[in-house]
Amino acid sequence: MSILVNKHTRVVVQGITGKEGSFHATQCKAYGTQMVAGVTPGKAGQEVEGIPVFNTVRDAVRKTQCDTSLIFVPPPFCADAILEAADAGVKLIICITEGIPVNDMVKVKRALYGRDVRLIGPNCPGVITVDEAKIGIMPGFIHKKGVVGVVSRSGTLTYEAVHQLSTLGLGETTCVGIGGDPVNGTGFVDVLALFEKDPETQAIVMIGEIGGDAEEKAAEFIKKHVKKPVVSFIAGITAPPGRRMGHAGAIVSGGKGTAAEKMKILEAAGVRVVKNPAEIGNAVKLALGR
Amino acid sequence: MNVHEFQAKQLFGQFGIPVPRGKEILSPEAGSAWAAELNTPVFVVKAQIHAGGRGKAGGVKITKDKAAVPGLVKELIGKTLVTHQTGPKGREVRRLLIEEGAAIAKELYVSIVVDRDSGWPVFIASTEGGMEIEEVAAHTPEKIIREAIDPAVGFQGYNGRNIAFALGLPAMEPAVVNPFIQMMGNLYRMFMDKNAAMVEINPLVITSDKKLIALDGKVSFDDSALFRHADVQQMRDLHEEEPLEIEAGENNLNYVKLDGNIGCMVNGAGLAMATMDVIKLAGSEPANFLDVGGGATKETVAAGFRILLKDPNVKGIFINIFGGIVRCERIAHGVIEAAKEVKINVPLVVRLQGTNAEEGRKLLAESGLKLEVADDLWEAAQKIVKLTGKAA
Repeated sequence: MSILVNKHTRVVVQGITGKEGSFHATQCKAYGTQMVAGVTPGKAGQEVEGIPVFNTVRDAVRKTQCDTSLIFVPPPFCADAILEAADAGVKLIICITEGIPVNDMVKVKRALYGRDVRLIGPNCPGVITVDEAKIGIMPGFIHKKGVVGVVSRSGTLTYEAVHQLSTLGLGETTCVGIGGDPVNGTGFVDVLALFEKDPETQAIVMIGEIGGDAEEKAAEFIKKHVKKPVVSFIAGITAPPGRRMGHAGAIVSGGKGTAAEKMKILEAAGVRVVKNPAEIGNAVKLALGR
Repeated sequence: MNVHEFQAKQLFGQFGIPVPRGKEILSPEAGSAWAAELNTPVFVVKAQIHAGGRGKAGGVKITKDKAAVPGLVKELIGKTLVTHQTGPKGREVRRLLIEEGAAIAKELYVSIVVDRDSGWPVFIASTEGGMEIEEVAAHTPEKIIREAIDPAVGFQGYNGRNIAFALGLPAMEPAVVNPFIQMMGNLYRMFMDKNAAMVEINPLVITSDKKLIALDGKVSFDDSALFRHADVQQMRDLHEEEPLEIEAGENNLNYVKLDGNIGCMVNGAGLAMATMDVIKLAGSEPANFLDVGGGATKETVAAGFRILLKDPNVKGIFINIFGGIVRCERIAHGVIEAAKEVKINVPLVVRLQGTNAEEGRKLLAESGLKLEVADDLWEAAQKIVKLTGKAA
């Protein structure tokens, strides 16, 4: 078992003929993911590493029964691409693109509300279920099949945590990057609920950062509904207020969204909060009594 | 991106939101000419800097004497204002806004932001105009009114009525209720059309002659949407930004200057923040946030070095790279080449982890460069703190 994606997941890559799209489609395929289609308007009939390209997601769904989309479309056209995937009947949309205007995401989030489709991202590394499917830009080889579910707002910081888990022999089930934008699709709470239900996942690592109140919402949920041990690191204790730290969503505004406050609330909810990101792996080991 | 008050008010004007008659002024002569044209009982001369708290810092002058205006311009231009938002160095005043004064009967507060949780734009309003909204929220949260707008249909009349009645406007001044509702609709339109990140009117004033007027305005824009708005891009004032941050931006690097003495260069925003945090845990302070992006190359690393070394506070550099798709030996080559180009006269610790990390570390160790190599994050942080000495 795992969450969100597995070896049966059939992926279409939107923006497959671009530099990023073709490179990562190739990498995902090499990992063993079923990369069944690509979409670039006007380039139907071409192939990228043996993956057929279609003009529209609708055509790709009809011809290949793809159920998941991986998006590399540039920011100005990305809202359009997400909505296209949703309308074509794709059930899971993973958007890697960074720099989508917030108001575009406001409209997308509203349009997807109540529909049978899940959006991961944008501005995220994607989702990987170890040894089954890598649907994103993360380096596959650092992952090792194991027992820890990882959910994070960050990219390379997630790799850091995964590396520790793999080195310590704990390994991962599924790793989900929910992205660093202020308005995104799936949040911490949804992924925590999935991990809690997944029989293979024995512990959860949640990596948050300054800005917004996603971690506070997660703490509330964990307190009520999560029995599995949760280890958390919150980046940005040294970040000055009012400054955006790389991610569009990583900003302390009006005294809200500080790392210290998030850590306090998570600790009160029974989460094992580590202050040193080099200690994430060890904290999980301890929590699992290994 | 932030803009000045006078620019915010220009936009308000374009969207039918009433503002005092005013003009951007750069010299006493222009101030004199504008004062004559304005011909009003009360003149307000306001320093234009991208920071709040200008009034308390002496950046806002009021006079009834037309002839006094040029003198006030002379006094304010070139003055350094220190407010709670500028830091101790303060900000030099280069531009002024001179406008007519208003006879204030009542001050309100209104703003719009996107609520991150729901993803809906939300109005925040309060009867406590003229105060900082964070203060109001902290001490009298019951005085904060929130009205979320469904982005599928946009602002509706009932949204405006909800805010107006919650504020108690009909009892306060019935004549302004309908103009207020219309104004909220205009504010929403401006927020969405211009891809604003925040629009704030504080205070929104009811005048003694029963008019609504935006007496102060603050607008910031979504950087990701600037490509759609050439007019907004032109409002950028580079004098209000940190020079090193401008240079970083030109090199496509994400840099934020801080006050510590360990410069750090990292790939990825989350890891860059975590690296700053680890430096603090190890007993020192980071000099900056610097994300060189997923694909760190020789060019980005060289540009990063140049920017870090221009900060006189930097007494040591910590490079922390988690090689994913980008392989560590390529990053090692980049660091070696860049270090040859840029003279590095402070201790340097390079931590490489991930794809081909060992090969990368070997290359660095054998490069003949004066640097320390590490594979573990905590070990690396302790090393650079030790080499640099504790924070001054």
